[in-house]
Formats: sequence, C-alpha cells, structure tokens
Amino acid sequence: MTDKRELLDLLLENARYSTEDLSRMTDLSEEEVVSTIETLEDEGIIRGYQAVVDWHRVKKEHIRAEVELNVTLDRDTGYDDIAERLARFPEVTTLQLVSGDYDFHLEVEGDSLQEVSNFISEQVAPTPEITQTVTHYVMETYKDRGIDFEDGHDDDDRLSVSP
Amino acid sequence: MKLSDRVERVPPSGIRRFFELAEEMDDVISLGVGEPDFSAPWAAREAAIQSLERGRTSYTANRGMRELREAISDHVAARYDLDYDPDDEVLVTTGVSEGVDVAMRALVDPGDTVAVPQPSYISYAPGVIFADGDPLPVPTREADDFKLTYERLEASGAADAGVLITCYPNNPTGAVMTASELEPVAEFAREHDLTVISDEIYADLSYGFDHTSVATLPGMRERTIVFNGFSKTYAMTGLRLGYAMAPPEAIAGMNRIHQYSMLSAPTTAQHAALEALRSCDDEVEEMVATYNRRRNLVLSRFEEMGIDCFEAKGAFYVFPEAPGGDAERFAEDLLHEQGVAVVPGNVFGEGGEDHLRVSYATGTQDLKEAMDRIEAFL
Repeated sequence: MTDKRELLDLLLENARYSTEDLSRMTDLSEEEVVSTIETLEDEGIIRGYQAVVDWHRVKKEHIRAEVELNVTLDRDTGYDDIAERLARFPEVTTLQLVSGDYDFHLEVEGDSLQEVSNFISEQVAPTPEITQTVTHYVMETYKDRGIDFEDGHDDDDRLSVSP
Repeated sequence: MKLSDRVERVPPSGIRRFFELAEEMDDVISLGVGEPDFSAPWAAREAAIQSLERGRTSYTANRGMRELREAISDHVAARYDLDYDPDDEVLVTTGVSEGVDVAMRALVDPGDTVAVPQPSYISYAPGVIFADGDPLPVPTREADDFKLTYERLEASGAADAGVLITCYPNNPTGAVMTASELEPVAEFAREHDLTVISDEIYADLSYGFDHTSVATLPGMRERTIVFNGFSKTYAMTGLRLGYAMAPPEAIAGMNRIHQYSMLSAPTTAQHAALEALRSCDDEVEEMVATYNRRRNLVLSRFEEMGIDCFEAKGAFYVFPEAPGGDAERFAEDLLHEQGVAVVPGNVFGEGGEDHLRVSYATGTQDLKEAMDRIEAFL
C-alpha cells in the first residue's frame, strides 16, 4: 500500500488523528505525514474534513432531503452546465450525476421543512432544463459515511480477560 | 465426588484470577482479551442465518462438510502452499482447541513426553496432561525474540520427547518464525523423530511478511499436524470452528476420537466458515491492516515511554518487559490504579514472569486511552 493510500485510509477512519498518532501507526515520520497530507490536499485528493453529525441529538431542527432530478439537455446545455448552476446553492450539500431512472442525485439540507421545500420548489424546480423532481425527506439516519448511529458504545460483550 | 488424578494435576488457569479482578472494577479498558474486537464479516454471519432458515440443523459428516473441506484444501494451497486431500487429510473440528486435544490423545501414550515451548498458550500443557502425557517446558527467550531455536530444544531435553508443539505467530508473545528460522527446528524434529503439532491459528495475522507453515519444509509434511481455523482471521471465536490437516493415518486416528466425542463440528458454523472462505478476503485484509496500525501505535508508544518491547510481528499481541520486573505486581497495580487490564506473562509459563501480554484487539480510541493511562501510571 502506498503511503498516500495508507494515510487516506486512516483519515477516512478518523480525520482527527493527530500527526503524532498517524506517524506511530504508519512507517512514516511526523514530517512525512505532514508533507504527504499536504500533497494530498494540493493534488485535490483530499477535498476537506467534516464532522459526521447525528442531528437527532442536536436540539435545533435540521432537515435533510434526497432529491431525484431529471433534466433535458440541448445543444448548448450539458450535465456539467446544469450541475455548475445547482452546486452554487449552499443548500445543496451533495450533487451527483447517477445512472438509472433519473439523472442527478441531490442532498439538500436546511433548518426547517419549510426552508427545504421552498428551496426545491422555488430554486430547483423552476430551472428550465429540469423536467422532474422527486423529493425524499430523510426520516431517520442509521448510518452515515460508514459510522453507525446505533447506541453501540458498550456492546463489547467479550470476556474482559481471556486466553 | 472423587475426581480423577488428571484433573487434580492441572491447576486452575491463572487467567481466571485476572478476569475476576478486572470484573470487579468499573471503567476498565482491557488489553487482556485474546480474541478479535471485530464481529465476523456480515456475509459469514448471513450464511449462518440462512443455514438456520433452511433448517440445516443436523450433524454433518464426522470430518466436516465435504464442500467445506474442499474449500479449506483450496485455501491453504493458494495461501500457504500446503497440499492436503479434502477426503482423507482434513478434519474439521470444534475450534483448534478440540483439534489439539484430539491430536494429543491420538499421539500420546501414558508417560510420553511432549515438548511445549514457553511462554505459550495456556491450554497446551493441560492438554498433554489430560492425555496422560508429561509436558516438557522448552523456554524461549526475549534475546531470541521468543523464537524457538535448535539450541533451546537441545538444552531442554526435547530430543527424548515424542511430540513437539509449535505455535507461530505466537500467543502470548506475538513472535513469528520465518522459513529460515523454522528450518533448524524442523531439522531437530527430523533428527529426533518428533511429531509436530503446529498451531497456526494466527497465520493470517502476520505483518509485513508471508507466513510459512512448518509442514512445507523438507521432510516435515509426514510428521506434522497443522492446525488452523476461523476464530482469529475471521473474528469467529464464538462459532467454534477449526481444522486439522495431516497425512491420512493421523487424520484417521484423530477422527476415531472425534467421531465418538464430538461427532461433528457445529453445522451452523461450518456454513459460516464456507462463506468466509468464499467471499470475505476483503474484510480480512481490512482487519489485518487495522491490527497492523494498532501494533505500530502500541510499539511506538512503548518505545516513547521507555518500555522495552521486541517487535512482535504476528497475532494481536505485544509482549513488553514489565517495568520493575515483577509482571504480576505491575499488572495488578496498573489495573487498580489506572483501570487498564493486561495479562502478566507468568500465566503463560516459564520465561514470562517479567513480561506482560498486551493485546491490541481493542478499538483504536480505547487503545490510545489505555496507552495514556499506562504512561500516567509509570
């Protein structure tokens, strides 16, 4: 495994591992860890670092919707052009072109149901190239980006000391 | 009730005492666990569930499902260059524990000597005694990175033994042996006509090099029983499934005992194991990579703390020297003062008194916290 890949795996596991711990867990010195991560950032391989949040535990309301979009293309407008426009909205947290029954998959987040639905009906749906939207509001999140939201803190049922 | 002498000859396990001490306390981070902290890969668990849904709840053939024996035979051929016929050279057992027990009873007559390298897994010597044999301790030393050597075998009188037990990668030391390091051991076994019981349950947990089975060395296949299983590699300890591989006469002998005492290994587990061999390579690779990172973390932290620890390259244990020299005392004080459980090396036999078995089969966050606590304790 390359050093870059090894560090990517570790940062995917926990982006808050300290440089010290990353160095301890790999064959790299602290300086090498720092420079490899810088390279990964410079090359645009690492695009950012974010917390994975269980919004159910945050007192404030938070709404997430998965939106299916169908579009029509013409001579002057391709997928990239439509994507570029949609990606500008801060409400759109994820935008992907997908295979299957529809074209774009969006994730839209907002502080209330009203805010998210207004955004979709007023900003997204009226776009001329967009022919259809189907909105799914997220009701419950069980797992997000590999992290299980189950209350699994004390589910280690192994004997505390064993041969 | 009067119990047999062989039961009286075996003292209760020293692990048990530490288990009880640890159980009395809250907020303990245990580095004393001898099994993976992962669950079995989902595909294997699902295969177990499906086998139950389909009502596969009968016995299997004594030697295990034919399909599983074939898969095992193919797997060890591809991975370890071992060549065993699924029909008469493979026996599926209820964990390697049953396999080793059956092998002892198949190989040992009353009064026979079995050479047991130490420190070692706690069941070998009792297994010899339950077969009415006499265990002969063969000490290994930190100076040799706890590898078994020709000289140690010779000095301990193993030439007169009938059977030699080997276990690499090793529990509790994490020691491994490469092909060239195994060769003198094989030479000793050939010279003195020893049968080798080679417990290779941790074979897949070898870091930075490929495991060699002692049975692949010249003249060794005919005198070796190789054991492996699903507990460690596939995190399936509770499913209790292992296997033995040996020439037909040895497998037939072991099966004679197994068919009466066990009949067959658990059927549900056999279905899980078959799926594990078929489709869980990626999960294993990921678990091995994770163990290796934790191993590096622990070795680095011990080095920074000034705790002497040879570079263990296998299983999920490191075996540092106990600061102050008295492992039992250190382990007890560490547990009481900082709530970190490790196992003092003396429970694994001679040569372990001044060492600690530290398992890194624990989540990385807990492992980091445990290291901080050990540092605070020093």
